[in-house]
Amino acid sequence: MSEDIQLIVDGKRLDGRDFNELRPIKIEAGILKRADGSCYIEMGKNKVVAAVYGPREVHPRHLQDPSKAVVRYRYNMAPFSVEERKRPGPDRRSVEISKVSREAFEPVIMKELFPRSGIDIFVEVLQADAGTRTACINAATVALVDAGIPMKGLITSVAVAKADGVLVLDPMKEEDNYGEADVPFAFLIRNGKIESIALLQMDGRLSAEELKKATQMAKEGAMKIYELQREAIMKKYSSEEIEEQVI
Amino acid sequence: MNRKIVLPGDLVSTNPKLAGYGTFVENGKVYAKIMGLVDRSETSLRIIPLKGRYIPSNGDVVIGVVREIVSNGYNVDINSPYSAFLPSTEKPEIKGRRNSDIELDDAIIAKVVAIDPKMKVLLTMKDKICRIIRFGRIVAINPTRVPRVIGKKGSMIKLLKSELGIQTIVGQNGLIWLSGDRRKVDIAEEAIYIIEREAHTEGLTDRITEFIKKRKEEGLENE
Repeated sequence: MSEDIQLIVDGKRLDGRDFNELRPIKIEAGILKRADGSCYIEMGKNKVVAAVYGPREVHPRHLQDPSKAVVRYRYNMAPFSVEERKRPGPDRRSVEISKVSREAFEPVIMKELFPRSGIDIFVEVLQADAGTRTACINAATVALVDAGIPMKGLITSVAVAKADGVLVLDPMKEEDNYGEADVPFAFLIRNGKIESIALLQMDGRLSAEELKKATQMAKEGAMKIYELQREAIMKKYSSEEIEEQVI
Repeated sequence: MNRKIVLPGDLVSTNPKLAGYGTFVENGKVYAKIMGLVDRSETSLRIIPLKGRYIPSNGDVVIGVVREIVSNGYNVDINSPYSAFLPSTEKPEIKGRRNSDIELDDAIIAKVVAIDPKMKVLLTMKDKICRIIRFGRIVAINPTRVPRVIGKKGSMIKLLKSELGIQTIVGQNGLIWLSGDRRKVDIAEEAIYIIEREAHTEGLTDRITEFIKKRKEEGLENE
């Protein structure tokens, strides 16, 4: 599997990154006019848009919860987001990603403040490289903050992979396809500190030590992404003040 | 008055007694739960939201649209995650006047009297401010900007009323009713949109005064 392509050359990865280096990230908050909160994110070649609607009335009615809000999360890949055109509509993979991502957000969103209502999160992958689920979670967090939804903290997500026997942060497509393991993480970050793990999946083979080391690497990467998420929101809301001074 | 923007999960205080709107307490520490501006005083700390939906509270004046008529009352859309209910018994009884009945899709000004834990909102129209809206205009803004449109002790809304000589009622849910001379209502509408856009900036009242003066002069020249 991993024999046919060499992923690590002279201590550098295929795209020239170090083992613990993230791909370039671009985040922009509040890009959709009709959504309550939105975010566009680029993580390497991934391009993702997230939209948040709510809290709003839940339809159909029987899904309403009289004591708290229901959170719905939809991960979807555009047909043109992958190399070979993907049939539109949900498949097993996207249903699973939607479920685990929703479960990452559910304990963080203060659902009990909005009985009988629903919070809908839609993330759309416009262009996919590896790690779309982590990009989507990062985008969804920013969109939730942009929508003004009460939360206990922010969720930041990043993956660690094992390629050619080395742990690498934020894997790209080749490292995901030909590597030995892929471990997406999501953390709850509060007051600039990592509090807990909100999502943890693993696919492949890792030793216990390697998983520990991977967690450490992911934490460091997550902190960097967290700073960018903060920056994106701050930029959106302080730029309004600058605009005002010009008028 | 330069207030700091905080994000959910940011530590804002270590004194749980201060915790006010937009905060939550965990292990004796106060954290922000929404994005907003920190408003800190000696005795309290709250987060002024920059975004979000309207969450009703008792005593709020709201403008709503009648969406459904049922045997014992009306279901009213109040621009919130929750729909409100106006019982027939809470409808004002205007005797001898035509058009005093509420019809489907009528806009009404009503007051929130009760909210149960299931967030079922109960309205009343037995108040002198409440009425059925049959004329004028309704302007919709972001509900978090409503306090700014009203201003400190109603200064902003007084300004609009006195400078333009129009009638307005601001619903806490972000809907504003304007009535009066059409051109003046136009100016008021524009002014409200400016306030909405620049709600978190300083010296806004002065700029709005200037804006209204300028627009009024322009209007006179055109005549």
